[in-house]
Amino acid sequence: METNKRTCLYDKHVALGALISPFGGFDMPIQYSGIVEEHNAVRQHCGVFDVSHMGEVTIKGPDAEKFVNHIFTNDITDAPNGKIYYGLMLYPNGGAVDDLLVYKRGENDFFLVINAGNIDKDVEWIMQNKEGYDVEVIHESNYYGEIAVQGPESEAVIESVLGIPCAELAFYTFKQLEHDGETIIISRTGYTGEDGFEIYASHDLTCKFWDQLMDSGKAVPCGLGCRDTLRFEVGLPLYGDELSEEITPIEACLGIFVKTDKEEFIGKDVVKKQKDEGAPRKLVGIELHDKAIPRHGYEVLSGEEVIGYVTTGYRCISVEKSVALALIDSKYANMGDPVKIKIRKKVFDGTIVARKFYKKSYKK
Amino acid sequence: MSKIIEGLYYAESHEYVKIEGEFGYVGITDYAQDQLGNVVYVDMPEVDDEVTAGEEFGAVESVKAASDLYSPVSGVVVEVNEALDGEPGLINKDAYANWIIKVKLSDPSEVENLLDAAGYEEVIKNEH
Repeated sequence: METNKRTCLYDKHVALGALISPFGGFDMPIQYSGIVEEHNAVRQHCGVFDVSHMGEVTIKGPDAEKFVNHIFTNDITDAPNGKIYYGLMLYPNGGAVDDLLVYKRGENDFFLVINAGNIDKDVEWIMQNKEGYDVEVIHESNYYGEIAVQGPESEAVIESVLGIPCAELAFYTFKQLEHDGETIIISRTGYTGEDGFEIYASHDLTCKFWDQLMDSGKAVPCGLGCRDTLRFEVGLPLYGDELSEEITPIEACLGIFVKTDKEEFIGKDVVKKQKDEGAPRKLVGIELHDKAIPRHGYEVLSGEEVIGYVTTGYRCISVEKSVALALIDSKYANMGDPVKIKIRKKVFDGTIVARKFYKKSYKK
Repeated sequence: MSKIIEGLYYAESHEYVKIEGEFGYVGITDYAQDQLGNVVYVDMPEVDDEVTAGEEFGAVESVKAASDLYSPVSGVVVEVNEALDGEPGLINKDAYANWIIKVKLSDPSEVENLLDAAGYEEVIKNEH
């Protein structure tokens, strides 16, 4: 049996009494005090997540911009230094290899942040496709630790507790700075729908940041359990749920991150056609008229007919409703229409609603 | 340390039954509620539904996941704990006071197939 990897903060999670479970090939903390408390801490104050399981890859060299544009759906042509782009890598059939962030560090110098569970596959994909491009690909996942500090108080906490000035950073921008004798990266990004920051540093410094935050009492340790409820409420996709090798970004309603007016990128033909003519399936929100909870994989019905399945569902924490994201046949994807979800042996009535169940509050 | 009460009967799937005459009160153990975390929904059968020992009769859901409930005894549901509909978190407060269904037992001797408090304690120990 393959053993899971551990992040540099693993021992600290165990010492804090975290519930540990496998995720993306790592043994990760799912919760400390409880998902609801941690979720609310991020919505109202400040929470800190260990996201060191995320992968990092640097692509640089004379053809770096051209190459990243080749494998990435968003357009990074002439991007300003310090800007971050969300987008996807696609297979030629339009299915997603992964969704990722691309940080523009300098001319022909990009920093890619990829999902833990996809690290090996992504790196292999990048290497396979770089033939003919004069680029250097440096896989740095084993070097970087990463923490996400999220919530309305995160700017104040980072400045006062960690001593890192970050107030001037705009949403989806980053900077590199010297801290304790090494270069760290801090970006105004996150996966919670709240204002927040992500900090990339060596394992030692990541541990030091974590300890400083814990000692200050100003940031609540948060596990992947509430990371999922937080991202879900604001309609952010998770690879493996809303995205996969079989789901295109157009079906997942991520069309604004797919620049089909770009000269070329892998998968363009398929997603351009879907963007122009409509995709066969569409991601929708569903609100149930009952307390039963829809879960990943449950069937969605219109009358007797199965029209799709739930990708993620919860009893929403911020607004007390049972809601789901679901991938369904596009012809049924009309706002306000009635649908049903099969939960175990029973079928429950619901309505198609917007994919955001809670309003984001980014600081832009 | 999870609470285990003497005099109840336990299933390895972490349900208990408390016998009172010809009736059994079925719920989940303190250990089970602790493992689940915040209970946010309890999917219960209806009165007059039949339940069978070892078979699924509903589910308890935490924020993260749904866990099936298996009846430790056979019989007919005569009452469901409707308080759990409005406040499922009662199970986290006291899993033994907040039973889920009350069953009229069809075969009271079935409890002999279940664990006593000491036997259940062993089961929990082995899960760690």
